[in-house]
Amino acid sequence: MTCRELSDFLTDYVAGELPAEVSAEFNGHLTRCPECHLFVEQYRVTIHLCCEAYDDTVPPTLPEDLVHAILASLAKTAIDG
Amino acid sequence: MESGAPAPTDAELVDGLRAGDPRTFEILVRNEGPRMLSVTRRILKDDDEAREAVQEAFVSAFRARSQFHADSRISTWLHRIAVNAALSRLRSRRRRPEDSLDDLLPRFMPNGHHVEHFTSWTEPADVTISRKETSQQVRQAIDSLPETFRTVLMLRDIEGLSSQETASMLNITPNAVKLRLHRARMALRTLLAPHLQGASA
Repeated sequence: MTCRELSDFLTDYVAGELPAEVSAEFNGHLTRCPECHLFVEQYRVTIHLCCEAYDDTVPPTLPEDLVHAILASLAKTAIDG
Repeated sequence: MESGAPAPTDAELVDGLRAGDPRTFEILVRNEGPRMLSVTRRILKDDDEAREAVQEAFVSAFRARSQFHADSRISTWLHRIAVNAALSRLRSRRRRPEDSLDDLLPRFMPNGHHVEHFTSWTEPADVTISRKETSQQVRQAIDSLPETFRTVLMLRDIEGLSSQETASMLNITPNAVKLRLHRARMALRTLLAPHLQGASA
């Protein structure tokens, strides 16, 4: 397996869905190749950083004018059907 | 919500939702609205549009209330509706030609080996300050991805949707989702590398 071929299986690998028939070759290459080792690690870190990048972007409450606008359109929808 | 009133149980909310009870909807708007606004802001990158998308999402939810299955969570159901409302707005925007992602993908030699020599990413000294900074850099990097890749990355890695759900929301095949996600992640790794290499130096 080459570095290029290994990279094609990365989504499967991080999802824990590496096809059984390539698992040995994939892991063998990963142990031997320092470039792929780093690349795979950084690919994982990237996914992790994405997951937490928006953690503190949820506003604690909705702006009151928006709450009222939503409730007004819901009331209108209830009447109009 | 008035303080002192006991919080309704999930079952009560489900009953209220199905019955189209205005009080239940107000509770849902106040409780779930902030997360929904955060989702639509992420996807649309525009506050006014994000607010309108949340409003549309609640109207859609109200209209589709009889389709809610009691075995799923209301918060998950509303989250999906908000994602859909944002995507629908995204689709209606005028399409601009997209930049290619190719320059951000790893390069390989004819024998299939990596051309680049990667440098390790270091854990910065001050974790708290730098985590905030890093998150901001990550958000900027995500926002700089071409739209088709950014959307898939958002839905899969940030909103936590499955390949199947993402595929049906975007009307593409699960295989296309997988490929775009992989390319988006690789591009993002390239964009983040300058910030994370030797960050403690």
